[in-house]
Amino acid sequence: MVQPLNYLKESASQTAGPYVHIGCTPNFTGITGVYDKDLGSGPMATEKTRGERITIKGRVIDGSGTPLRDAMIEIWQADADGFYNSPSETRGKADPNFFGWGRCPADMVTGEFYFETIKPGTVPFNDGRPMAPHVTLWIVARGINIGLQTRMYFSDEEEANAKDPVLTRIEHRVRVPTLIGQRDGDIVTFDIHLQGEHETIFFDI
Amino acid sequence: MKNALPETGGFFARNREMHPPAYTPGYKTSVLRAPQRALISLEGTKSEITGPVFGHNIIGEFDNDLIVNYAKPGEMAIGQRIMVHGRVLDERGVGVAGALVEFWQANAGGRYRHKKETYLAAIDPNFGGFGRCITDENGNYAFRTIKPGAYPWPNGVNDWRPAHIHFSIFGHGFAQRLITQMYFEGDPMIAICPIVKTIPDEEAIKRLIAPLDMSNTVPMDMRAYKFDIVLRGRRSTFFENRKEGN
Ligand SMILES: [Fe+3]
Repeated sequence: MVQPLNYLKESASQTAGPYVHIGCTPNFTGITGVYDKDLGSGPMATEKTRGERITIKGRVIDGSGTPLRDAMIEIWQADADGFYNSPSETRGKADPNFFGWGRCPADMVTGEFYFETIKPGTVPFNDGRPMAPHVTLWIVARGINIGLQTRMYFSDEEEANAKDPVLTRIEHRVRVPTLIGQRDGDIVTFDIHLQGEHETIFFDI
Repeated sequence: MKNALPETGGFFARNREMHPPAYTPGYKTSVLRAPQRALISLEGTKSEITGPVFGHNIIGEFDNDLIVNYAKPGEMAIGQRIMVHGRVLDERGVGVAGALVEFWQANAGGRYRHKKETYLAAIDPNFGGFGRCITDENGNYAFRTIKPGAYPWPNGVNDWRPAHIHFSIFGHGFAQRLITQMYFEGDPMIAICPIVKTIPDEEAIKRLIAPLDMSNTVPMDMRAYKFDIVLRGRRSTFFENRKEGN
């Protein structure tokens, strides 16, 4: 006999369903008067936030090429110096004027999402090597049984991307571009493909 | 949590055998929305083991009372009054303090207040169908609502959802992010629901079914259902000797 480990088991995921917006972004669906504003909506950067302003925009696209119009996307990112605004950030203090988290429902007509934010700084990998600037994304929708985790890197960081500890260990090099947001001026475009030739890399973290 | 050190360990690997796979043809919408390639394993980095923390300042006085939070002054939502309460824990059994819990549901007749919702059941003018709260220092949460109705949905020709409440939970790291659903003890619709059946593990399904909790039922007022939510556990950091910055 040995002592039991007594760990609990994680609750099973269930799809966010078609009405995730009622719970997470009620004002977006026209249900006003309960929450002042939808959590995570609006610009992530204020005038006081340090860093370079960018807008990340994109769509979540299904296996038929149709953009999802009922997805919800959340992003989480470091500040301009590479610090996360989180109690688990032990390396230094993040920019107090940057929360680092945003939430956006896909547009009900076009399926587009966008985040007005700043370009994140460099965060170290667990062995200390620098990771190229990136944002972490989490995607849920009707028909998605468990939230999908991915990352977006930046096309204007070719050199850093080439050395990134996560990107470099992806075996199928042809898939790496699915993790790169295409930068044009201050717009970074990142379409997420759920299936098909350009299926985005999703992570088991 | 006031005296606790911030937790910086990585998360327990996710046991995906208990979670629904992406591709579940019995739930038709998943067919074109399921990634087909293997997920790439990534040991959590700072980018995933950190996560946003929400302050109590975002929570309004009635955010955890769905009976009144959308109702006209002096009026109430129609339906069976219930309290849903429980704890947000992690796999170590530790209460997750300060977790933001958001919830949404259909009204007593099974109708959602949503533009795209076409079910013929009546809209309750006094029911919005959503709320939120933040767990206390031990991970406890509670809210008041009405028991949602079952509703039909376009999947098979005669598919119905059991009564359920949707939950979205933020733990302490972005890798703990979870959306799930709570079902009610004794509902015969659970066993025949295509969305419930996306979960391959019978025990994992049972853990989403909230028992009636007569001990916490308020006499002459409302019944209670107890629903604990478990997020991924976190490794201790006693012997994690990271070479930061080299
Ligand atoms: Fe539902």
